[in-house]
Amino acid sequence: MFAPSHFAAVLLFATFASVVFGITQRSTPKAMVRYGAYCWVMFAGVVIAASWVMWLIKR
Amino acid sequence: MASRVQVPAKTQASSPGFTYSALVVGWLIPGAGHLIIGRWVRALLLFVSIGAMFWLGIAMQGMLYVPNTGNVLDMLGFAGDLGNGLFYALGRIFDLGHGAVQLATADYGTKFIVVAGLLNFISAVDAHNLRIGRKV
Repeated sequence: MFAPSHFAAVLLFATFASVVFGITQRSTPKAMVRYGAYCWVMFAGVVIAASWVMWLIKR
Repeated sequence: MASRVQVPAKTQASSPGFTYSALVVGWLIPGAGHLIIGRWVRALLLFVSIGAMFWLGIAMQGMLYVPNTGNVLDMLGFAGDLGNGLFYALGRIFDLGHGAVQLATADYGTKFIVVAGLLNFISAVDAHNLRIGRKV
């Protein structure tokens, strides 16, 4: 059984989804890489921000 | 007011063969739609990404939805799972999915499998758009 931590699961999800978004939503290789990186940062960044918000709500 | 509108490229009316081949093949095998139109790097990346997402979901003891008419979320989950094409068929044939989700990791696995299917739908449609010349 594969049991990643919650954050590792987020990073895996962000990586695979970003690759597909980059390839399918842009036309040129350079734009694909840029958009894929943007999506990855957004996925991971929003999770980190939401985690801090939940931590603050709990306090 | 000026606006930027994306105009689709002129479609290739003389595409040989079955028009929806990239769509169907891309749905059955992630990335295969791009492969048959000669975009093998994209095909490889899509196959690895979507395949890894599906099989990691299975490894995380995720659930494979079965055809149902009960809960709406279960029906949508089945629709998402169907997007995995032959991977889903293999999972059902070899009974790889777990029926009841009892761990947080297994819940993530279930979501990985559904999202892999939805991403494969996007991928297959992208292959179709490339095939007919709507996207360059």
